Amino acid sequence: MSTITDTHSAPAAHDDHDHHDHKPTGIKRWLFTTNHKDIGTMYLWFSFAMFLLGGSMALMIRAELFQPGMQIIDPHFFNQMTTMHGVIMVFGAVMPAFVGLANWMIPMMIGAPDMALPRMNNWSFWILPFAFLILLSTFFMPGGAPAFGWTFYAPLSTTYSTDSTALFVFAMHIMGMSSIMGAINVIVTIMNMRAPGMNYMKMPLFVWTWFITAFLLIAVMPVLAGVVTMVLTDKYFGTSFFDAAGGGDPVLFQHLFWFFGHPEVYIMILPSFGIVSAIIPAFARKPLFGYASMVYATSAIAGLSFLVWAHHMFTTGMPTFASLFFMYMTMLIAVPTGVKIFNWVTTMWRGAMTFETPMLFSIAFVVLFTIGGLSGVMLAITPVDYQYHDTYFVVAHFHYVLVSGAVFSILAAAYYWLPKWSGVMYDDFLSKMHFWCSLISVNILFFPMHFVGLAGMPRRIPDYALQFADINAIVSVGGFLFGFSQLIFLAVVVKCALKKGEPAPAKPWEGAEGLEWTVPSPAPYHTFDVPPKV
Amino acid sequence: MKVRLTSLLVGAIALFTATIASAQPSQLNLTRGATDISRQVYDLHMLVFYICVAIGVVVFSVMFISIVLHRKSRGVKPAKFHDNVKVEIAWTVIPFLILIGMAVPATITLIKMDDTSESDLSVLITGSQWRWHYSYLDYDVEYLSNLATPREQIYGRLPRTENYLLEVDRPLVIPTGKKVRFLITSDDVIHSWWVPEFAVKKDANPGYINEAWTRVDEPGIFRGQCAELCGRDHGFMPIVVIAKEPADFEEWIRGEEQRLADRRAEEERLLSMEMDKDELMRIGQQVHLSQCAACHQPNGQGIPGVFPAVAGSDVALNDRARHIEVIVNGVAGSAMQSFRNNLSMSEIAAVVTYQRNAWGNDTGDVVQAADIHNHIQGNQ
Ligand code: HEC
Ligand code: HEM
Ligand SMILES: [Cu+2]
Ligand SMILES: [Cu+2]
Repeated sequence: MSTITDTHSAPAAHDDHDHHDHKPTGIKRWLFTTNHKDIGTMYLWFSFAMFLLGGSMALMIRAELFQPGMQIIDPHFFNQMTTMHGVIMVFGAVMPAFVGLANWMIPMMIGAPDMALPRMNNWSFWILPFAFLILLSTFFMPGGAPAFGWTFYAPLSTTYSTDSTALFVFAMHIMGMSSIMGAINVIVTIMNMRAPGMNYMKMPLFVWTWFITAFLLIAVMPVLAGVVTMVLTDKYFGTSFFDAAGGGDPVLFQHLFWFFGHPEVYIMILPSFGIVSAIIPAFARKPLFGYASMVYATSAIAGLSFLVWAHHMFTTGMPTFASLFFMYMTMLIAVPTGVKIFNWVTTMWRGAMTFETPMLFSIAFVVLFTIGGLSGVMLAITPVDYQYHDTYFVVAHFHYVLVSGAVFSILAAAYYWLPKWSGVMYDDFLSKMHFWCSLISVNILFFPMHFVGLAGMPRRIPDYALQFADINAIVSVGGFLFGFSQLIFLAVVVKCALKKGEPAPAKPWEGAEGLEWTVPSPAPYHTFDVPPKV
Repeated sequence: MKVRLTSLLVGAIALFTATIASAQPSQLNLTRGATDISRQVYDLHMLVFYICVAIGVVVFSVMFISIVLHRKSRGVKPAKFHDNVKVEIAWTVIPFLILIGMAVPATITLIKMDDTSESDLSVLITGSQWRWHYSYLDYDVEYLSNLATPREQIYGRLPRTENYLLEVDRPLVIPTGKKVRFLITSDDVIHSWWVPEFAVKKDANPGYINEAWTRVDEPGIFRGQCAELCGRDHGFMPIVVIAKEPADFEEWIRGEEQRLADRRAEEERLLSMEMDKDELMRIGQQVHLSQCAACHQPNGQGIPGVFPAVAGSDVALNDRARHIEVIVNGVAGSAMQSFRNNLSMSEIAAVVTYQRNAWGNDTGDVVQAADIHNHIQGNQ
């Protein structure tokens, strides 16, 4: 206890990190590390492993859906696949990737020596693998893994679920704790450890967007914890929060879940906005257009995200005025989101652009995220949402924002900062292959889903009517192409990790701005022991 | 390298467009549907879609122009501007106005859709794993509607026919030109009753009743599916609605009433009759395959941890009273629902007999409709 207080009571002012200057080797280095760079690296590797795992489940789904009829897996196992794919991608791939980036970059961007709470940082990473081990172990239970969708609607997840639910709840609690700890760390770091002169309106947008994201996390993760606990007690301890027979209401579950769930989707996209806002100016060699409006727009989106949750629930039978309220609020969110897109486009306008891989992914992000945003506006219109809801149109929408949105931005970030992390330039040819393969396949994969959705194919079904056959075949081909394209990325990263490549200068990108480029590449184990002047 | 990538790209896009272009329009877009509301919804969909396309075209064109013109390789010098209040206000206000333009018609349509008053006919729709139960509140008619596609088609042992997975044994029948109100609820988990051509999708929440309505102009057959994940056979829970002219509807529903009455009389008669074991086994097998196999599987083995096996189970081998009880009243708080209203007593008797004598359950028991009758009477 005492070490924690005396080391970090005033972290920004002191410079007493020498106690962990020695860097242990082997497994212990990783187990006991409190270094933000090590922890960031672990988060990123973990997330990539989960991405491949969740991706292979998606491919299992796509293999079954390649043709009408049941060929490969049983419907119950199919439901386990969709559920685990969703949970793993959201909580195992995208969120940890952002936390990893936050760990690596926030201290370096604000000129801090480390995260404010390094031991907690170690914890918040190390409980994650256990959460996922618990979750994955449910595959070996009788009845298999959870099969109620990542949204785990009651009573499918309570009365009608198998005993894997208990472990699912436990795993969700651990993931939630990890996220909350990570978020506290980000907030405390940003509020207390900025280098002198780095006032709030000088912070890079990645720091800003993460700052806001962290508040969202602290606000909604407890709601998730609450709702999974209610599922647990409904199933095992005789409560009836979600059971009409005992005076409860199954729709209450959905309100609670989406009160968490909608801000959650912004948790998965706000840091992307920050990343793209760093990369586009760097390769357009022109300052970001509308920095202040970016900050306000992000805050507006975060605030509004608490007022739109029921747009996922239009068909549950809400009163008309409630539907209208949530429709208007949801449409309103399009305004600040539009501002951001216009800002990026205007940043490119009359710049002097070059198209290195991070820029390619960022441009693809802007285009494809916009497509996802526009289909989001369509989904906001309640009367037509009655037709879109729970069809493949929705699956297309959220994959455009999550895969070609969040995931593309993470890939852009990885290429942008890989030279800083590893000290070598990534393999340019492979990286371009990776980009073009991903770009083409992601559209073969998700674009036609809009059409089958409109034509009436519900989501979460293992078999479908014959008129959906052609498009599903295309989609499945796209799925496999996209999945295997990601192996190219694995090759790129492994090459960098093995230091195979040209040595990277401190600032490999001509137009890049920010403190992270003032330290050598690879970034030394400890940076900014003495705060820089801004 | 560049060339190869480009040709790959062009090839992929060509293939893609070719397939999309060869598809029927109905395979690519929302249906216009069969009702006034569904057409309004379709128009709204197209309006919003075109607006989105227009916005997309503008944004992407600016981006594209800038990517072509403002590249370093053309020797341009980057501009330095990074703010412009006027432009920023414009692109906040204009989208806002566009949104209002979409919100107005949306609000009008929504209010119409939610108005279930003054209906001519009400149907109670109850979802249960994995079938729909239709009950006409103004008539003495109710029945179950099950998937009619045979397993052989699903598992590829028979060729798949045109309405694969979208066909049921007993469709819902409604009159044209009348405002039909649907009261939607569920016996177990949440389902969602969706017929795209009516633009009606409403969740079936256990313990609560939701309302929706439609008024179909022309006679026809309309197909839909359950739209909310409801467990293992969520994908196998279709909806078929037949709209008939009011006179035809009237004739049909009278016929149904008569049929149900006849069936009840037949029930009464069967109570005093003994069926022979082969007959019971034959009917029992049919009932098992159509009503029970989704959970307990055709071979009675169930799915470990989810649905118990009936083959070799203690209940099926030793506890005849419990066996009947489970089917008649269901098991509270589990997916095992009560079949009392869904199956006739002779059918229940048959399925009990079947389960007690199939798959190596060699109890030799024969259960008659009268036994079921006695069980129900004894309960009351
Ligand atoms: C929706 C899934 C489902 C369907 C359909 C279903 N059952 Fe069940 N059945 C269950 C479940 C779940 C249980 C376990 C109930 C419990 O004890 O918690 C069960 C239990 C039983 C049992 C008791 C087994 C034992 O050993 O305890 C019998 C007998 C049975 N069902 C017969 C039938 C018959 C006959 C039908 C068809 C008319 C049928 N079931 C249809 C889900 C289903
Ligand atoms: C290889 C790439 C991917 C493919 C092929 C893919 C495919 C799919 C498919 C087929 C479904 C099921 C649709 C259904 O049956 O309803 C699905 C669901 C889902 N996917 Fe993906 N996906 C991919 C990547 C991702 C990523 C990166 C994320 C997250 C960031 C993601 C998030 C989700 C979510 C949240 C669901 C919903 C799960 C549910 O219905 O409970 N997917 N995906
Ligand atoms: Cu939402
Ligand atoms: Cu369903």
